[in-house]
Amino acid sequence: MKGFLDKMRPAPEMRRILIIWFVLSVIATPLVAIFVGPLLPPGAASDAAHGQQQDNTVMTALVTPIVIALLVYFVYSFISWRVPREADVGDGPPLRGSPSIMGTWVAVTVMIVIFLATWGSYELFPGETGAGGGQGPDPLAVATPAAAKTALRVQVIGQQWQWTFRYPSFGGVETTQLVLPVNRQVRFEVTSIDVVHSFWAIQLGVKADAVPDEANVAFVKPVKLGTFDIRCAELCGLWHGHMATHGQVVSMPAFQRWIAGQRRRWAPIQKYLPPMKRTYMPQPDYRAG
Amino acid sequence: MSTVPEAALPATTGPLWRRIGPFNPLTAVILGIVGYVIGADIVGHTLASGVDAQTATDQNDISFILGLLFGVCGFLIGLGFANYPVSRILGREASLREKEQEGLWRYFTLCTDHKVVGIQYLWGVLLFFLIAGFNAMLIRTQLLRPSEHFVSADRYISLVGLHGTMMMMMSSAIVIGPFGNYFVPIMIGARRMAFPRIEALSFWLVPCAEVVLLAAVGARGFPSGWTGYASLSDQAKLGMDCYLISFGLIAISLMLVGLNMLATTLTMRAPGMTWGRLPIFVWGVIATAILQLLAAPVLLLSMALVLMDRAVGTSFFLAGLGGSPFLYENLFWVFGHPEVYILALPGFALALELVSVFARKPIWGYKLAVAGLLGVTFLSFFVWQHHLFVSGINPALRPFYMLTTELISIPTAFVFLNAMGTLWKAKIHFTVPMLFALALFFNFFIGGASGVFLSDTPSDVSTHGSFFVMAHFHYTIMGGLVFAAFGGIYYWFPKMFGVYLNEAIGKVQFWLFFVFFNLTFFPLFIAGMEGMPRRVSAYAPHLQVINDFVSSAAYVLGFSFLVFVFNVIYSCFFNRQVPATDNPWRSRGLEWQLPTPIPVENFARPPVIQGDPYGYGNPEAVPVANLNPTPAEVTAAGG
Amino acid sequence: MSHRKVGALLATGLIVVGGVLFGLYISLFLQSEPTPNVIAPASAREANLKLQTVAQIGHGPTPDWVSYYSMHDGHWMHSTILHVPAHALIHVTVYEYDGQSGLRNPLWGQPRGIVGGVMDVNGKPLRVLNPALTAHTFSIPSLGVSVPLEGVGDNAPHQCAVAPCSLATAHNTITFSFRTGKPGEYQWQCFVPCAAGTIYGFGGPMQTIGYMDGELDVA
Repeated sequence: MKGFLDKMRPAPEMRRILIIWFVLSVIATPLVAIFVGPLLPPGAASDAAHGQQQDNTVMTALVTPIVIALLVYFVYSFISWRVPREADVGDGPPLRGSPSIMGTWVAVTVMIVIFLATWGSYELFPGETGAGGGQGPDPLAVATPAAAKTALRVQVIGQQWQWTFRYPSFGGVETTQLVLPVNRQVRFEVTSIDVVHSFWAIQLGVKADAVPDEANVAFVKPVKLGTFDIRCAELCGLWHGHMATHGQVVSMPAFQRWIAGQRRRWAPIQKYLPPMKRTYMPQPDYRAG
Repeated sequence: MSTVPEAALPATTGPLWRRIGPFNPLTAVILGIVGYVIGADIVGHTLASGVDAQTATDQNDISFILGLLFGVCGFLIGLGFANYPVSRILGREASLREKEQEGLWRYFTLCTDHKVVGIQYLWGVLLFFLIAGFNAMLIRTQLLRPSEHFVSADRYISLVGLHGTMMMMMSSAIVIGPFGNYFVPIMIGARRMAFPRIEALSFWLVPCAEVVLLAAVGARGFPSGWTGYASLSDQAKLGMDCYLISFGLIAISLMLVGLNMLATTLTMRAPGMTWGRLPIFVWGVIATAILQLLAAPVLLLSMALVLMDRAVGTSFFLAGLGGSPFLYENLFWVFGHPEVYILALPGFALALELVSVFARKPIWGYKLAVAGLLGVTFLSFFVWQHHLFVSGINPALRPFYMLTTELISIPTAFVFLNAMGTLWKAKIHFTVPMLFALALFFNFFIGGASGVFLSDTPSDVSTHGSFFVMAHFHYTIMGGLVFAAFGGIYYWFPKMFGVYLNEAIGKVQFWLFFVFFNLTFFPLFIAGMEGMPRRVSAYAPHLQVINDFVSSAAYVLGFSFLVFVFNVIYSCFFNRQVPATDNPWRSRGLEWQLPTPIPVENFARPPVIQGDPYGYGNPEAVPVANLNPTPAEVTAAGG
Repeated sequence: MSHRKVGALLATGLIVVGGVLFGLYISLFLQSEPTPNVIAPASAREANLKLQTVAQIGHGPTPDWVSYYSMHDGHWMHSTILHVPAHALIHVTVYEYDGQSGLRNPLWGQPRGIVGGVMDVNGKPLRVLNPALTAHTFSIPSLGVSVPLEGVGDNAPHQCAVAPCSLATAHNTITFSFRTGKPGEYQWQCFVPCAAGTIYGFGGPMQTIGYMDGELDVA
C-alpha cells in the first residue's frame, strides 16, 4: 500500500503544475461562468435561446480548467526545460510512457465526453422542445402536449432571395414580415421553393434548413418583446448575403392587430395563393422557358 | 522485402529523340489543348446538338465537360503516362527512362523517383496555397465594409468557392504529398514506392485539377462554395463543371496516394522494420492513407452524379423530380468528414516527430499515439451527420452523432498527452521547426474546443453555418496542418535541398504567422456567435468593427507568407548556409543517417532496421539501422 | 555561382509572371461589371428611371438570355447598376417585351412598397396581377419594393427578337413610383423563374448581374 502511494505521488514539478492549475482554475472557472456566461449569444429572448446560452456557459466553464491545464503545463515546461538553441547539451531522460498516467488521462477524457453527450442529448428528448433546431417533418422533441395544441403555426418559405411567412391559422395569409406574439409557443415549418436555404432567427436561437419539398419543424417560445434578426445561413446563390430581414416579438393584442392588418393588405392576392400545405413546392419540374 | 538489387531492370537505349522527347510539359500542354478542342468542339457539340437543356440556355455543359476531360487526358498522355501501358499492350519492352533523368528538367516531367515527386508536390502545392491565400485577401477586402462592395456579389461567392476548394485540394496534399512521398520510403528502408508510376500520376493530377478549377474564372465562376450543395450546383453556370471535374480528379489522386502509401508501408519495409519501430510520421501516413482510400471514392461518385444531373438531365439531387438534396448532403459529408482528418492526421504525426527530435526525448506513449491516430481514423467515418443537425434529418439520430463526434476528442486528446509527456523534463531546443510544431498544439486545442461547441446539438443550432464554424476549421486545418507543414519544411529543407532556411527570417515568419493567425481567426468565433453567416458578401453593420480588425490582421497574415517566399529565395540563392554534417539536427531518424543529397536509390544496400528512431537519452541505444549489413545480418533480421 | 544566378533570375522571373497573371485575374475576372448607369435627378427630390426587359438579348456569347436594359440619356444601356438619388421619389417606367411565364411564389403578383400601392399597366391602375401573367418582377427586397410586370401574350403580333427592343414591337408599359431611403447599396432582382432550361428557372441570367439582377446605388 505504501509502495503504491509512493508510486502515485507526483514528481515535485508535477505537484507545482497541479497546484498552479488548481488555484487558477478555482478562481477562473466561476468567474467565467458568472461573468462571461450571460454575455454569450444568443441571449435570453426565447426559451431556445436561453437553453443554448446555458449550454454555451456550461461548455465555456468546462473548457476553462482544461485550457488552464494545457497552458500551465506548456508554459511551465518551456520555462523549466528549455536549453540553448544549438548547443549539444545531451538528451532528456528516455521515458517511454506511464500506464497510470495514460489510464488517468483516458478515464478523465471519457468522463468528460460521456457527461457532454448525455447532457446534450437530454435537451433533445421528448418533453423538451429540441433547442430551437430544425427537426425534420416528424419532430421527436415536442412542446408539452398542451402547448403543442395551442402552438402558433408559421410556415417559413425560403426562396431566392427572400423569406416569406404564412400563418395557417389566420386564413393562410402570406406576408413578407415575421411578427410573433410573446410567451406563446411557436411551431415553425420551414420549407423552400427552390434551393436549400437555412432559416436563422438569430436572437431567438432558431435555425432550420429550408429544403424544397420538405417541412422542417422547429419550436420556439419568445419571452421578450423586441426585434430579432433573420438571415439565411446556407449558401443559396447570388444574393445569399442579402437574404436578411427583421422579425418582431409583440404583445398578443398588438399581434392580433398586426395580423388583421396583414389580411387586409394582402387580400387582393389571397385567391391566387395555393391552398395551405406542409410544403410550398410549385410544379417541381418547372424549367421555365 | 526483396533484397535483390534492382539493377537487373533493363536500362533505356534507343535514339536520342526517344530519350529527351517528345514527352515533356510542352507536348503535354499541346495535347491538352488538342484534347479540349476534340472533346468540346467535335465530340461535345455532336452529342449535345438538339439537346434543349444544353443549347437553349447558351450553356453547353456536355461539350464543356468533355472538353475538360479530354484536355486532362491529353495533358497526361503528353507527359508520357500512356507510354507504359501502350508498350505493354503492344508487347514491347517498357521504357524506364523516367528514372534516369538528371538536372532541373526532371521536376517538370513524369519522374518516378519518389524524391523528385516529393519536391514536385512541395512547390506545386505551395504555389496553389499562395493563389488560394491571395483569394482570401480579396475576400477580406470585400468584408471591410458591411454592404458596399469591392467585387460584385457573384464574383465574391466565386472567390469564396475558389478559395475553399483550392485550399481543401492543396491541403489534402500539403504534408503527405511532399514529405510522405519523399520520406516514407526512406523511413521504412525502401528504395522506392510500391507503384512509382501511380505515384507520379497522383502528383500530376493535382496541377491538372487546380488548373481546371482556376478555369472556372473564365466560365463565370461557381456559386456553391467548396461543399457544392445541390440543387444550387444544378442552377450554376459553366464554372460549376470546373469545380466538379477538378474535385473528381483530386478524388482520384487521393485514392491513388492512399493505395500507394498503404501498399508501400505494408510490403516494402526493410528487414527488421517491425510495426513497433515505425516512425510515428509513417503511422500518420498509414492512417491518412486508409481514410483516403475509403473516403475519396464517395467524393468521386458524388461529383459524377452532379455532373450527370447537370449534363444529361438526371435528377439524383433535385427535389420533386425523384431526387433529394439530402442525398447529396449525406454523400458529400460521408467523404467530407473523413476528409478533415485526411488534413489533420499527417499534421499531428509530423508535429509529434518534430517534438521528439527537438525535445531530445523519445515520443512519450508511442503506442497511445498510434492508437490515437487509428482511433480517429475509425471514428471519423461515423460522425458525418453532425454537419446536418438542423437540416431536417431524423431527429432521433442526433444524440448518436453527438456522441460519436464527442468520442473522437478522446483519441485526439491522446496526441496532446504524447506531446506533453515528451516535453516532460526534456531538453527543449526552440528551433523554427519546433516552434511550428508547438504552435500546432495551441491552435488545434482552440480548434478542438470550439468543435465541442459545434458537436453539442443545442449549441450547434446557433453556431451552425456561421463564422464560428469557419473559424473552427481554420483553427484545425490552418492552425494545425499548415503549421505542421511549415515545421516540416524548415526541418527537412537541409536534407531535401542541402541548405538551411535562414533561421532569423524563419522566426520572423513564425511569429507573424502565429500571432496574426490568432488575431485573424479568434475574433471570427465572436462574429459567428453574434450572427454572421458564412460566405456572405454583406453583413450586419454592427459587425463592422470586428470585420475590419480581422481584415487588417489577415493582411499581415498574408504578408507572413511573402516572408517565407523571400526566405526560400534568400537562403537558396543569396546566403547559402550549408549544414556542416548530413545530420544537422542530430536526429535519430533514418533519413538523416543518409548522405545529402540522398542517392537516387536511397540505400546502397537494403538496410537492416535495428530499433525505432527514438533512442534519445539512452546510451545503449543502437543506431536506427545498419546501413551496410552482411547477408547473415539480413537473414537474422528476417529479410 | 552562375548556377545560382540563373536560379535567382528564374525565381524572380516566375514571381513577375505570377504577379502579371494576378493582375490580369483581378482586372478581367473581378472587375468585369456592367458600366454603372447614373440616373440624373429630374428635380431636387425626383428622378425618372426607364427600364425594359427583353426575352433574349440576341447577341454576344449568351444570345438566348433574358435581360433588363436601362435608359441613359435617351439610349438603352445593357446595365443594371443604377445610381439614383437618396430620399427621392423615383418614377419608374418599364417596357415589358417578354412573354408570360408565371411566378413560383404567387405572392409577388401583388405590388408592394410603391406609392399608393397601385401600379399603372398600359394606362390602367392595377392593385394585383394574376401571377400566371407575370413576365418578370422588379424587386428591391431590402427596400420592401416589388412590382410584377405583365408579360406580352404569346399570340401578340410583332414580337421583339433582338435587344434593345423598340416601342414598335409588342410590349406592355408599366409605371409606378417608389421612394429611396438613406444612401447605401441595395440589390434588386426578378422573382419570376425566367431563366429557360435551368432548374427552378433560376440559373444563368437570373444569377448574373447585368441581366436579371442589379444594384441600386443610392447616393
